[in-house]
Amino acid sequence: MSARMDDAAEAPDAPRATPSRLARFLGSDLWLNFRRSKLAIGAFAVTLLMFGLAFAAPWISPQNPYDPAQLELLNSNLPPLWNPDGQSPFLLGTDDQGRDVLSAVLYGLRLSLIVGMLGVVVSGFLGIGLGLVAGYFGGALDTVIMRVADVQLTFPAILIALVVDGVAKASFGSALDTNATILLIVVSIGLSFWVQYARTVRSSVMVERSKDYVQAARLIGLSSPVIMVRHVLPNVTGPVFVIATINLALAIITEATLSFLGTGLPETMPSLGTLIRTGNRFLFSGEWWVVAFPGIALAGLVLAINLLGDWLRDALNPKLQ
Amino acid sequence: MTETVLSVRDLRVAFETRRGTLTAIDGVSLEIGRGEILGVVGESGAGKSVTGSAVIGLIDPPGRIAGGEIRLGSERIDDLPPEKMRRIRGRRIGMIFQDPLTSLDPLYRVGEQIVETIRTHTDLSAKTARARAIDLLTEVGIPAPERRIDGYPHEFSGGMRQRVVIALALAAEPELIIADEPTTALDVSVQAQVITLLKRLCREHGTAVMLVTHDMGVIAEAADRVAVMYSGRIAEIGPVAEVVRAPRHPYARGLMGAIPTLSDTAERLTQIPGSMPRLTAIPPGCAFHPRCPNVFGRCRVERPEPILVGGTRVACHLYDARGEAA
Amino acid sequence: MRAARTSAAPAGAYVEVEDLRRVFDVSKPWLNRLIEREPRQSLKAVDGVGFAIPRGETFALVGESGSGKSTVARMVVGLLPPSAGEVRISGVSMTDPRQEAARRRLRARIQMIFQDPYASMNPRWRVGSIIAEPIRAFNLIQGEGAIRARVGELLRLVGLHPDDARKYPHEFSGGQRQRIAIARALASQAEFLVGDEPTSALDVSVQAQILNLMRDLQDRFGLTYLFISHNLAVVRHMATRIGVMYLGRLVEVGPKAGIFASPRHPYTRMLLDAVPDLAHIGRARTPVSGEIPNPIDPPPGCTFNPRCPHANDRCRSEVPALLDGVACHAVEEGRLPS
Repeated sequence: MSARMDDAAEAPDAPRATPSRLARFLGSDLWLNFRRSKLAIGAFAVTLLMFGLAFAAPWISPQNPYDPAQLELLNSNLPPLWNPDGQSPFLLGTDDQGRDVLSAVLYGLRLSLIVGMLGVVVSGFLGIGLGLVAGYFGGALDTVIMRVADVQLTFPAILIALVVDGVAKASFGSALDTNATILLIVVSIGLSFWVQYARTVRSSVMVERSKDYVQAARLIGLSSPVIMVRHVLPNVTGPVFVIATINLALAIITEATLSFLGTGLPETMPSLGTLIRTGNRFLFSGEWWVVAFPGIALAGLVLAINLLGDWLRDALNPKLQ
Repeated sequence: MTETVLSVRDLRVAFETRRGTLTAIDGVSLEIGRGEILGVVGESGAGKSVTGSAVIGLIDPPGRIAGGEIRLGSERIDDLPPEKMRRIRGRRIGMIFQDPLTSLDPLYRVGEQIVETIRTHTDLSAKTARARAIDLLTEVGIPAPERRIDGYPHEFSGGMRQRVVIALALAAEPELIIADEPTTALDVSVQAQVITLLKRLCREHGTAVMLVTHDMGVIAEAADRVAVMYSGRIAEIGPVAEVVRAPRHPYARGLMGAIPTLSDTAERLTQIPGSMPRLTAIPPGCAFHPRCPNVFGRCRVERPEPILVGGTRVACHLYDARGEAA
Repeated sequence: MRAARTSAAPAGAYVEVEDLRRVFDVSKPWLNRLIEREPRQSLKAVDGVGFAIPRGETFALVGESGSGKSTVARMVVGLLPPSAGEVRISGVSMTDPRQEAARRRLRARIQMIFQDPYASMNPRWRVGSIIAEPIRAFNLIQGEGAIRARVGELLRLVGLHPDDARKYPHEFSGGQRQRIAIARALASQAEFLVGDEPTSALDVSVQAQILNLMRDLQDRFGLTYLFISHNLAVVRHMATRIGVMYLGRLVEVGPKAGIFASPRHPYTRMLLDAVPDLAHIGRARTPVSGEIPNPIDPPPGCTFNPRCPHANDRCRSEVPALLDGVACHAVEEGRLPS
């Protein structure tokens, strides 16, 4: 049959096998852009370092700062090691309860990152889900979801997190243990940041929904949820990664702010924000190390993630190529 | 042949990418005389739009003119500084693009845009320019031009908008018009109107036209001569009647056979196997040789130069009496 | 007023479309309407279209923009519910809620080929999965190996290589994608294919390949086609019978030879005359004036009357019925020169 001859004889340069995903990534513009951008490489390195340190905290910390048994009041208020009054093994000094600042920073980093990432996951799921539904079905559902989003955007995210957090604490107060507190903070952060995801996903969904491949899927009788998840979702998640990266930095800052204000994590399980809060009290008595090092760690982490997110956004923007 | 308005010799346009240099046009030569319509036809990727853009001087980096010359009248224009080229554009060369929606600025009245073009390139006063704009609108067939001259583009229908674009192109009395797919976005019945209009105006004003399109039917009706492009080169260039009725280049033959017409009775359309090679993989020798039914040894190694056969120039070894012809 | 039976196929044809209508609500949002005091606006995209397609034939719907031909295609396939009228395929109604079960069984037999080869396939899916999706959805074949084999078969059928199943759509040209789309349509054992301008986005030489392929497949498998196009020359090549649409109505219907040799409706004549054709080298002519009116606000009576050289008062007030394949007062009254 002559139909067979045609395009099969096309472009002899086209390889028969599709290159693997890794090969395709390494040849892509994104990777090339990354290799050329010193800022991106630096930001990524710092982020990776922070993640690594946080992950390894239980193993590399000189002490476990949450374990009261390891603390000795004798060691309290020691300055960092390079200071003449400093003592080994307290590299960065201790606080008023004898807690090693370095260990506290490592554990705090860990907690900040965990809470931040969980927060991103919650807001991501919520936002993508609502965005999908709003964009695909349109009509009244879309209007309702978008108006709620609009209203929420008029409030600063911190305020929303504070309200959710405060209301929950007031209702359940003493019944909350530390795990519940962490969960509560994660939910607060999640609820305050979903809008960005929802809006972006919604507009992408509206574009994809009008494309013929969605019609083709409807033609073979697939139900709407199936089409949304299997066909539309993979095509709208691109911008989500950029939002998630920048969102992570925001989530970490939000948690730190909440803790600093006293409504976040308790002092017995300090994140970087709580440490800054405790350290703040001693700032004017000259013990600067308790607030400085957590502060530097927090600022460094957030800056690195933000820079990475900025680079990613520009690199993925086809108009800037 | 009448006085030559546009002369393109051996034009080469290259694009620098990180994968290397891609040659979009490789040695294109053509000429257009006063009042003549030259159709430049080819499928996607053949380089016809790039040819038009090169003449107007609108090749953006990473593309550049890498060789050859373009002459408007007797003056060379391919090596002009941007400022001088800008003045030639609009004054001596007019442009008509495919989408009338984006060719006209939606924020300005139609009359304002025509008058602006007139006054940029001539010394006419505002009043005279406006009168001339109304004349132009009348010429292109806009009813009630004195009223419609103050309309915004969105108030016109598709066909009317394209007529306005033609009026805009003619506003400064250019010697040459480059029309890139001027009728593709229009309905069939409107296409016919616009083609007729373009033909009439060009005869009356003596404007040379380069009509770039993929629609061979439009070329057959509108053009005097046609250049068939393939892979950045011209396969065949000659009078429309000759090229359409008796194409010589095997690609042109395949192309004419593949186009369904209102009168043919063939059961199957002629099929050219394969597809046009990508810019990164243009075969050596004749670019068409992998798909050619008449290929022979020489075709695979030596690129054919255009040979004059009858009134047509064909770039095909089959017509070279000197070498080993088929 | 019931139209007299057209010169259509006998009752009980494979595809039957009766008095199909579709109205779109194009009003501004109600808040705007409230404030600006504007009435509801509706667009009559399809206004009473009826035809029949016998098995194994190709029926082409031809028209320019605003004719409603794409809307008809989507209603026939079931992607868009009609505002009124009936579509019956193989005797099963496409709209009757009581026949839902029969319709579900029928769905596999009806497929569509879309115009844009770049938007009709999910860019994130491999070609093999795209073609296999209808097989899986309708549970036609069990077992991964069997499905893979069938996908390879289908790819070969449309002129591609079974190894291409591992690739992504963006690795193929426009023409190759349309082949994949045809393979996908055949995967569900479709008998009835609706092509919505399937070759309009393709280069001429590629178009020839796809059209030839479609005809070969039709000959081989006895497929029935509904072919939508604005290109009369393409339609001439593919169709058995042709319907010409203008602003939502069928103005002329008939066998291909008749339509091209002796078109009756003034619009059909104008359309045929206006098509830029290879045979019309350097032809001078006077094209018909005017453009397609705004479908939201069509002219009264026969919608073609502002552009028709034979329009009289009756044309301007009364909608002509489709009689003997033509909807035209002038033809009915014998006023039209042949």
